[in-house]
Amino acid sequence: MSGPVLAQAAGGKAAPARPVRRPSPAGMLPVVAGLAALALFLPIGQRGAEGAAVTWLGHPMALLFLLGAALCVGTGRSAVTPMRSAVMELAAVLLAWALPFHLLGEGFDLGRAWGMWLFLVAATVLLWRVLAVFSAVPGALRSAVVPGLFGLGLLAGWEVVVRGFSVPFILLPAPSAILATTAAQAPVLWADFYQTVVKSVLRGYLIGCGAGFAVAILADRVPFLARGLLPLGNVASAIPIVGIAPIMVMWFGFDWQSKAAVIVVMTFFPMLINTLAGLAASERIQIDLMRSYAAGYWRTLALLRLPNALPFLYNGLKINSTLALIGAIVAEFFGTPVVGMGFRISTEVARMNLDIVWATIVVAALTGSLFYGGLALLERATTAWHPSMRRR
Amino acid sequence: MTTRVGVTVGERLLPLGVTLLAVLVLWYAGTLWLNGPQAAEMLNRAGTDWGAMDFARRAFTMPRPLLPTPDQILVELHKSVTGYPLTNVRNLLYHAGVTAGAALTGLGLGVLLGIVLAAGIVHVKVLEHSLLPWVIASQTIPILAIAPMVVVILGNAGLTGLMPKALICMYLCFFPITVGMVKGLRAADPLWLDLMRTYSAGAATTFWKLRTPASLPYLFASLKVSVAISVVGAIVAELPTGGQAGIGTRLLSGSYYGQTIQIWSALVMAALLSMALIGVVRVAETVVVRQAGAR
Amino acid sequence: MVLAQTSLQPSEAAGGAPDALPRPIVQADKLSLVYQATDKPVVALSEVSLIIREGDFVSLIGPSGCGKTTLLRVIADLERPTGGAITVAGTTPEKARLDRLYGYVFQAPALYPWRSIERNVMLPLEIMGLPKAERQARARAQLELVGLAGFEKKFPWQLSGGMQQRTSIARALALQPELLLMDEPFGALDEITRDHLNLHLTQLWRRMGKTCVFVTHSISEAVFLSTRIVVMSPRPGRILDVIDCDLPRERTLDLRETPEFAAIAHRVREGLKEGHSYDD
Repeated sequence: MSGPVLAQAAGGKAAPARPVRRPSPAGMLPVVAGLAALALFLPIGQRGAEGAAVTWLGHPMALLFLLGAALCVGTGRSAVTPMRSAVMELAAVLLAWALPFHLLGEGFDLGRAWGMWLFLVAATVLLWRVLAVFSAVPGALRSAVVPGLFGLGLLAGWEVVVRGFSVPFILLPAPSAILATTAAQAPVLWADFYQTVVKSVLRGYLIGCGAGFAVAILADRVPFLARGLLPLGNVASAIPIVGIAPIMVMWFGFDWQSKAAVIVVMTFFPMLINTLAGLAASERIQIDLMRSYAAGYWRTLALLRLPNALPFLYNGLKINSTLALIGAIVAEFFGTPVVGMGFRISTEVARMNLDIVWATIVVAALTGSLFYGGLALLERATTAWHPSMRRR
Repeated sequence: MTTRVGVTVGERLLPLGVTLLAVLVLWYAGTLWLNGPQAAEMLNRAGTDWGAMDFARRAFTMPRPLLPTPDQILVELHKSVTGYPLTNVRNLLYHAGVTAGAALTGLGLGVLLGIVLAAGIVHVKVLEHSLLPWVIASQTIPILAIAPMVVVILGNAGLTGLMPKALICMYLCFFPITVGMVKGLRAADPLWLDLMRTYSAGAATTFWKLRTPASLPYLFASLKVSVAISVVGAIVAELPTGGQAGIGTRLLSGSYYGQTIQIWSALVMAALLSMALIGVVRVAETVVVRQAGAR
Repeated sequence: MVLAQTSLQPSEAAGGAPDALPRPIVQADKLSLVYQATDKPVVALSEVSLIIREGDFVSLIGPSGCGKTTLLRVIADLERPTGGAITVAGTTPEKARLDRLYGYVFQAPALYPWRSIERNVMLPLEIMGLPKAERQARARAQLELVGLAGFEKKFPWQLSGGMQQRTSIARALALQPELLLMDEPFGALDEITRDHLNLHLTQLWRRMGKTCVFVTHSISEAVFLSTRIVVMSPRPGRILDVIDCDLPRERTLDLRETPEFAAIAHRVREGLKEGHSYDD
């Protein structure tokens, strides 16, 4: 559904940017310093929910964190290159973000620790500055380290806010708690994964994509069929096909067959449309060349049209990887043996056992990302020649 | 002119018509095949002799068929749409309205979020490299599948009714909009950008005078994708809410009580709703693009 | 049409007795091709008669839409004529195509981006089913011939436009064809590269003695390369004149400064002008 756009973005095909240059992030340092200075006058937590507020001066360890961070930034100022000072500042950020974990470990309540929160805001602004320096450098630093640090920052923020403000577990558990449940419930999660992914998703995906591909080849040979199917395929992409799940459960029973059937129907049309588009992607001149060699239909297909169609085929496969997972889980809401990710989510939500639900979501997210990522890697390996892949 | 029409009818409508006809024939055949055993049993139980015609009539008019015929679905649709006032829970249009409300609210929020994110990504390099990868990764998570849980969690937080569904739709919608608008806002020709520089126009002026109009075709392309996703999101989000209203609720209750005709008519209504909303986007696109004087 | 016929006769007669002439590779007789467009029929070729003999380098020149590319595509059996007769290497164009008797060079290099330079040249040989060792040997030899030795493992996008087009010529030659068909192969290149490739091509042609049919809209290119120049005109596509180009076979770029060169170029230009006054 979000497919075409999704694949474009993932393929990194965005137009060569002429980003509007912002003023350099140098102006951020005074902000960081100001925030940190202001934080000095505010409390950094209470010992227990009812305890008295503790200030920086009342907690030598916290002061040590603060001084360490300040020292890092100070050293960074005198570094020779912006890159080196950014690395020093990154150390300061890590040190600053370690403080709340240290305080939480000591049993502090951070609900009204405004000094600590302000300090964290200052550290976040500093992180921004670091990321700005890093993303000016092409290569792994930009494509892996910057998003990695960003994601790590989000996770740390989530953890600290949930634990610091004691957010009710039922609303949002901390990442560490979700991770703990994931580890503790591994056998159950594995059984669900096996039922949903290995049994339903993989089979349905292979059958659906295979059928879409085969029918596309057939429609390519019989243009009449293509002209009849293409409008249907376009309509199918607009309608909520997942809705057929209850019908499939009625027809094929509770086990994986009904889920695979839903997936087959969901993945068929995207694959059909993408394959047809891919087969049409060869240029007239390339076809003429094959004709001048007296190459037949299948020869031309294998040597020219399928290689040319590969980017489109991967697009279809990638769209379908997400669709297949969705189809299987949603179909399980309508009936399933007592195992499966969709079953787990729907029953445990009703029982308010949200930790295992979150753990299942983690598994689903990981599965989805790995499925998609695997296809993206395969695409890069096999279509390295394509202009969209060459830029990096 | 006449040849043009002839070409259209011959080359496009004919294949489509034949394909639709084939689908219809297959459908009725499937009805016979799937409902056959049940129909035969009912006829046997009645005791009288029966022939092929009786069998077909029986299979085509089952009250709870495994596969209802298209005419059964149409009759059910017609009955539910015209037989009750619009506010009645037995009227499918009422349910479609509930779903459309959630889908459109979510779409609106998603468009807003998507455009803000895209503008940020286009203007701030750090965001491009830190946020964009996560925006893309967020879409490999089958959020649609965990929508029911999100509804329950948001319910715990005191959000009920339309909002949780709309939030799910928003999550599903913002992505195509973000990606489309990032492309769109960058679609301005480098020459046009240089022209803006010769006018010493600032980033804001360039954004409103050049980048925004240049991005409109991309916005509409993304909108068409988003609308369809939004409807799916609203329907799936309605699955766990315990049956107040909405097409998803109709699907679920139909599946609980084995009311296959109800399920199918809800499905057809969902398809119609989705296509109608896409149609609205198309019309808006034509109007806006014509106003902008584009080709 | 009358012009075309009359100018054909002397060029045939000039060589003396018919059996002394090299054997004809392409023989077109009153060839016509009419497209059925939506509003009205388009006459792409109208009664085109032409004989191309072994070892000839024939250029087809004319403004766009004059049918020169169509004629080339008919010879290559990429297009079927609607009237008249044509033989290629003594047989039908289809048979010639199936026997892979000609090599075709397109306007664009049409190299497959997923194949290396060498594997691009080996493509037609793969289709012919030659053993791998021979494919490789032929590809290497052809690449060396067009001056691309050492670039075998590169991919097309790593080469300049001129080198890509040279690769596509090597690919056409790898078939060891009787006939080389070229459709404005250097049209998309800059003039300096073009001069360079023209020189390269004429040397190649002299060394191999292959029959070439070359479509162009550049007068100096046509005069520089050809032994005969066929001047064509649009609406309907037809032959206006066939000009013998009896410059020495050994050609260098300096040749273009000589009065003989200028005289032939002038004749071609006059012929083209005639075509224009026709349809105004």
